[in-house]
Amino acid sequence: MSVVVPRTLTDALSAMAANPSALLLQGGTDLMVEINFNHRKPVDVIALRRVAELRAVKIDGKTISIGAGLPYQEMETGQIAQLVPALGQAARTVGSPQIRAAGSLGGNLGTCSPAGDGLPVLSALDAMINLRSASASRAVSIHEFMVGVKRNAKMPDEIIVSATMPIVRGWQGYAKVGVRNAMVISVASCCLVVDRAAGTVAVALGAVGPTVIRCRQAEQWLATKVDLKQTATIDAKLAAEFGQRVATEARPIDDHRSTADYRRHAVAKLSGRLLQRSGAQ
Amino acid sequence: MSQATQTSTRRDVLGTSALRPDGVAKVTGQFEFSSDLHAEHMLWGATLRSPHPYARIVNIDLSAAYKISGVEAIITAEDVPGKKTYGLISSDQPVFADQVVRYMGEPIAAVAADHPETCRRALAAIKVDYEILQPVTDAEVALLPNTMPMHPDGNLIRHQRIIAGDQNLQGEVIVEGVYEIGMQDQAFLGLEAALALPDPGGAGVEMWVATQWLHEDRKQIAACLGLPETKVRLTLGGVGGAFGAREDISLQVHCALLALRTSRPIKMQYGREESFFGHVHRHPAKIYIRHHATRTGVLQRIEAKMYFDGGAYASTSSAVLINGVTHIQGPYKCANATVDGYAVRTNNPPCGAMRGFGVVQACYAHESQMDKLAAACNLSPVEIRLINAMQTGDKLITGQVVESVAPVARCIRETDAIAMPAPLAKNADPLELVGGTGLTSLPENIVRGVGWGVSIKNLMYSESFDDFAVARCRLSDGVATLKYATVEVGQGFVVLAPQIARTILGVDEVVLDTVDTGIGSAGSTSASRQTWMSGGAVDGACRLVRQKLFEHVGAKFDIDPMRLVVEDTDIVDMIGDFRISVVEASTGVVIDETFEHHHRPTEELDADGQGNCHVAFAFVAHRAVVDVDVELGLVKVIQIATAQDVGRVLNPVAALGQIEGGIAQGLGLAIMEEIVLDNGKMRNPSFTDYLLPTALDAPKVVAVMIEEPEPQAPLGAKGIGEPPCISVTPAIAAAIRNATGKELPRVPIRPQDICL
Repeated sequence: MSVVVPRTLTDALSAMAANPSALLLQGGTDLMVEINFNHRKPVDVIALRRVAELRAVKIDGKTISIGAGLPYQEMETGQIAQLVPALGQAARTVGSPQIRAAGSLGGNLGTCSPAGDGLPVLSALDAMINLRSASASRAVSIHEFMVGVKRNAKMPDEIIVSATMPIVRGWQGYAKVGVRNAMVISVASCCLVVDRAAGTVAVALGAVGPTVIRCRQAEQWLATKVDLKQTATIDAKLAAEFGQRVATEARPIDDHRSTADYRRHAVAKLSGRLLQRSGAQ
Repeated sequence: MSQATQTSTRRDVLGTSALRPDGVAKVTGQFEFSSDLHAEHMLWGATLRSPHPYARIVNIDLSAAYKISGVEAIITAEDVPGKKTYGLISSDQPVFADQVVRYMGEPIAAVAADHPETCRRALAAIKVDYEILQPVTDAEVALLPNTMPMHPDGNLIRHQRIIAGDQNLQGEVIVEGVYEIGMQDQAFLGLEAALALPDPGGAGVEMWVATQWLHEDRKQIAACLGLPETKVRLTLGGVGGAFGAREDISLQVHCALLALRTSRPIKMQYGREESFFGHVHRHPAKIYIRHHATRTGVLQRIEAKMYFDGGAYASTSSAVLINGVTHIQGPYKCANATVDGYAVRTNNPPCGAMRGFGVVQACYAHESQMDKLAAACNLSPVEIRLINAMQTGDKLITGQVVESVAPVARCIRETDAIAMPAPLAKNADPLELVGGTGLTSLPENIVRGVGWGVSIKNLMYSESFDDFAVARCRLSDGVATLKYATVEVGQGFVVLAPQIARTILGVDEVVLDTVDTGIGSAGSTSASRQTWMSGGAVDGACRLVRQKLFEHVGAKFDIDPMRLVVEDTDIVDMIGDFRISVVEASTGVVIDETFEHHHRPTEELDADGQGNCHVAFAFVAHRAVVDVDVELGLVKVIQIATAQDVGRVLNPVAALGQIEGGIAQGLGLAIMEEIVLDNGKMRNPSFTDYLLPTALDAPKVVAVMIEEPEPQAPLGAKGIGEPPCISVTPAIAAAIRNATGKELPRVPIRPQDICL
């Protein structure tokens, strides 16, 4: 087993080019668990923690790019939480303080579990995922990046560098159901983003399908019912119907964490509540 | 008792919040747990376990594993030199599965190698051919006449009935229910670990191990090794919690066998996942129960059928069952009963001891019933419990008279008098709301509920078992040295024992000797018994030493020893003005005394469940206030108010710690902690998916300790470890029912049980 500890992105990419089968280690909150459970035996590891470029945050007025290695604790408060409140809220739900000091969007994207807490936010914001290899770089839409359960579109020699998302004018929020009040894996989650300028709403669901699900039919239906360019109180009946429509787009399963029926029910309630919260502010 | 009850300003005597000697080390990470054990030239041991709940072993091929460099030994059932099975009550559990595996995770082989990774590779290289059998995973199905027995001892571990009074009485009011309790794990944080050092020539073995009962472990280990008990010497390794899960043997025999086989020190330790498979759990139970009462709510008769799923092996199931059936009346007067209890073998993971030991299951059923009875009689939960509250002198359905102090009504009244928490603020911090960091719920989504639970719990072992405790005290030059085999699992005997010695002997310095099998048994650290039993032994040994010291001083200064007493750190003459410090009086002398404390004898139950089977009882009341997001089925416990019958408070901080910890564990069973089984397979053996309460889930606890010294108890103090976790579970369930109007007959209560 070898461990490469590059200090720059260029060095990291050369190491990847030299050994595309090497495992990438960012915060280790997924990889180390898999190794401890003996599900994976690392042969060669490229540890990205010292690559400062992967923690960069760039804001250009219309968009924000968040480095794939930036720990969640940096998103809970401050500028990111202000500009992308839903991401700040999602970040707070991730694990324990120790996990949030290590875990990152890059980890959520690399593992690509439908329960990854950051992913519904990236989906609702139509984020672009920036990938680099030693020879090329490309940007892939989050919707094309997530391919299936724990499968993504990253090529073996690529590193996830950052995620770029628009700074949206309008309400946004994130809510997650777990069976305890903190430090819990998602049973169902929902991110709702209202774009006042475009007059659209985006809803993405976590842990209720093989990947994060965007509820485009419910979004379009809502746009025909409400003028989303204006702030307006959403009545309970409308919120409930919206929730029902969101739930029909979920594809949950029964497992040891919950049941498909409960998950469907939960996303109906969460999306309805988020919609009402959007109208209250 | 005079020394103990006087108002003393002396440091760290009984009644003060003396600090634990291991406290700082534990919170700073310096404490040496068993998993930190190490020896020069040691090998690592690891266990191969069955992936199937029920299968015949057709063949085991070790050849590929032996070819791995660094593998020193592989042992299976045929390598067990002594008894092939072990067990706390009946010896029915194989050291290694022999021809058949009866639960997922059952050990099949153990490997010794130079590195944990070599062990893992060796385990992966052992080829086991199985013929998979259909597991039986329902206790009632396991008892059906056409279900094949899965063990030579059959599928029924024990049946016990209780027949008391009028068997035909029908109450004016009858309420009934069927209640289920899921499988809870003890989830101690310090994982199983041991170090075994072989004696030259394999004549014996020395072990350091995290356990609850050194002498019982030694007995079972020696029998399996085929060695006399004197050749197996056990020392307590650092223990990080137990809660019953360390009563049974886990890795002890495997570790010792590998050490003897390789003539090398062997270290074994489980990871979290293996720990879930390596120890017993709380029994899942199903209880059919009917209460008969008068129109005014006076309880007259209980009918119950109780099924405890013991899993594949007996462990302590038969004793858990007895606790279940004998506590089904709760802390209430009841003259007539018809109870049938069954402890059953299935292909689920083995179940045994866990904090509350059979009473948790019974209490969930009887308290749920008391609320139904209250509703049927148009009484409040408090009124129905006060009307029926038991007191000293009442006769239980077993015919046993409650001789213990029994302040049941006082526990209820003092709990009721605790102020309710403030109503939910409209602008509350989101982290204080149901859903916590998940931001699921706003105040308008939340309904508050209140519920009650009251319980009775036996203390010490029952049914004629003499679980005595031995302690030795040596006094010299003003220093008392205490020796005992009492296991510290976190309960606090390491702080209590010196408090006793300081109080009785008037010394300041107390040294604790190594906890090992170099002295008689202290019994198990379980059944809320060590303060009473080992505390009684330390108290007795110190009193013998004090008497000898008085005799020495009396002879030296020509004073009748009968006139001498200890006052703070001096020996004084009650009549004259003679005074000498204990330090001075004991300088140059060595006084060494051993005391064996026994509780009063108990009896076995007869065929009708009659007999004085328990030693003593403790009582507690809990009132839970919960916030429920009814639409999403999410719960946050806001406050637990409790008044507990403790006899006497010996260390206020330690006592409160037991109460708060027990409440957190009972809360876990109420709303989140469950081992999920699917046809005998464990689905969540990790802390990612087996959820324990976090700081954001723990409620505010307001506790009142009711001090009515127990005359039977050597220090006047009752055991306090188990009661906090027993009735808090039904109290929380009742509060959720109060908020939602749902029946909720099963714990843990899951979100979908509330909102779908």
